[in-house]
Amino acid sequence: MKLNLRIWRQKSADTPGAMTTYEVDGISSDMSFLEMLDTLNEDLILRGEEPVAFDHDCREGICGACSLVINGDAHGPERTTTCQLHMRSFRDGDTIDVEPWRAAAFPVVKDLVVDRSAFDRIIQAGGYISAPTGSAPDAHATPVPKPDADFAFEHAECIGCGACVAACPNGSAMLFTSAKVNHLNVLPQGAPERETRVLDMVRAMDDEGFGGCTLTGECATACPKGIPLPSIAAMNKEWLRATRKVRR
Amino acid sequence: MALGTRTDRQPSVIRLFWRSTVGKKTVMALSGLIMLGYLVAHMLGNLKIFFGADEFNGYAQWLRTMGEPVLHYSWALWLLRVLLLLAVVGHGVAAYQLSRRDIAARPDKYVHRRRRASYATRTMRWGGIILALFIVWHLLDLTTLTVNENAQSGRAYENVVATFSTWYGNVIYIVAMLAVGLHVRHGFWSAAQTLGMGNATRERILRTAADALALVLTAGFLSVPVAVMTGVVS
Ligand code: SF4
Ligand code: FES
Repeated sequence: MKLNLRIWRQKSADTPGAMTTYEVDGISSDMSFLEMLDTLNEDLILRGEEPVAFDHDCREGICGACSLVINGDAHGPERTTTCQLHMRSFRDGDTIDVEPWRAAAFPVVKDLVVDRSAFDRIIQAGGYISAPTGSAPDAHATPVPKPDADFAFEHAECIGCGACVAACPNGSAMLFTSAKVNHLNVLPQGAPERETRVLDMVRAMDDEGFGGCTLTGECATACPKGIPLPSIAAMNKEWLRATRKVRR
Repeated sequence: MALGTRTDRQPSVIRLFWRSTVGKKTVMALSGLIMLGYLVAHMLGNLKIFFGADEFNGYAQWLRTMGEPVLHYSWALWLLRVLLLLAVVGHGVAAYQLSRRDIAARPDKYVHRRRRASYATRTMRWGGIILALFIVWHLLDLTTLTVNENAQSGRAYENVVATFSTWYGNVIYIVAMLAVGLHVRHGFWSAAQTLGMGNATRERILRTAADALALVLTAGFLSVPVAVMTGVVS
């Protein structure tokens, strides 16, 4: 396959960027999108040009590092991570636009790489349980009803990729935050911090400059892990409950 | 092993609500539901116009004597007006502040644009502005009678007929009522999510209820100008 790529190039956080056009040839439909970019970068290095910077790590859809907006869609046309997107989703001769996540809270570091440490600070505000960790406890030591376990697991699937923020017209982190809050709040292990967790994480989210939720639903459509939109309603419920319950 | 202990005091509930995006959305949801309840009652009251001038004007008069003798003449109406004013102001201020924040949170647009979200969702802000302007016009037209062609106080029926006998009266009203429908369609469902009432099983019911409310309100409100234009009410 031969492709026309239009890629966002930006030297550093404080230099202006622009879309730059590249041609790549010899792309197999079995390649992943990132392998296609590797091919481009090999060409660029051989030509003595600066390779395109992009984030990636596991390349198996579990770490959440890869982050590209492809033709206007976070992670591209399939509902998966960019590393799991294959070139068979495109056709020979296609023009493909590749841009970084766009949000005030995710400033561009270089080219397609953005700084997502705002998510880490939301996690630090409450995405943990205060319990002694040591050797793993017996699996049945703390009984968890099956529906709660399923609910927690569904939300634990969030890999913190930030596609929800990238897709949201308000740059809101509500889906991510709700996934993290719901995951721990429904479990007995998360119960001691149930109220402070949601209050602190929502506050950290607001402090980072993410937008508010207008329930556009773009986040849930873009999420590679299928975190559902009603998760946001579930977190709102937890937040309202916490404002009544929290000890002052 | 040291556990984190919280020694900082939590802010007051009101500050907590107003400082948080989730809290401000709650203010919008509650004020929106108050206004929605009022709209339903208002629309039903409007339909009395189909029973003639006497019944409609009598109903308008009852709105003033409502609550008597416990309340003084028109007190109930004024209490309602104060509540509605609070709802409109709370809704508007929260919407303005949240919108500014949302726009600031996404300063750079994507070069590759594509259509996002449904029409009702995308028109919430403009729809809200149209509705705010309409409320001003509507009050000047049928409450204070400042801009009404007939402008006889106590003769609500004749004033309504006068409004809908002008082309601009009809155009302004019809545009505003379509905006109401769109606003309620996304607004009602959103309010339910914000108040934490949404979940996977209730999703269909809430969506259907939002559509039905929007449709019934728009149709009910529009039936009045249509009736005047076609001569059913004159
Ligand atoms: S909610 Fe989905 S889109 Fe958002 S960070 Fe988690 S996995 Fe990514
Ligand atoms: S590189 Fe880890 S999820 Fe894509």
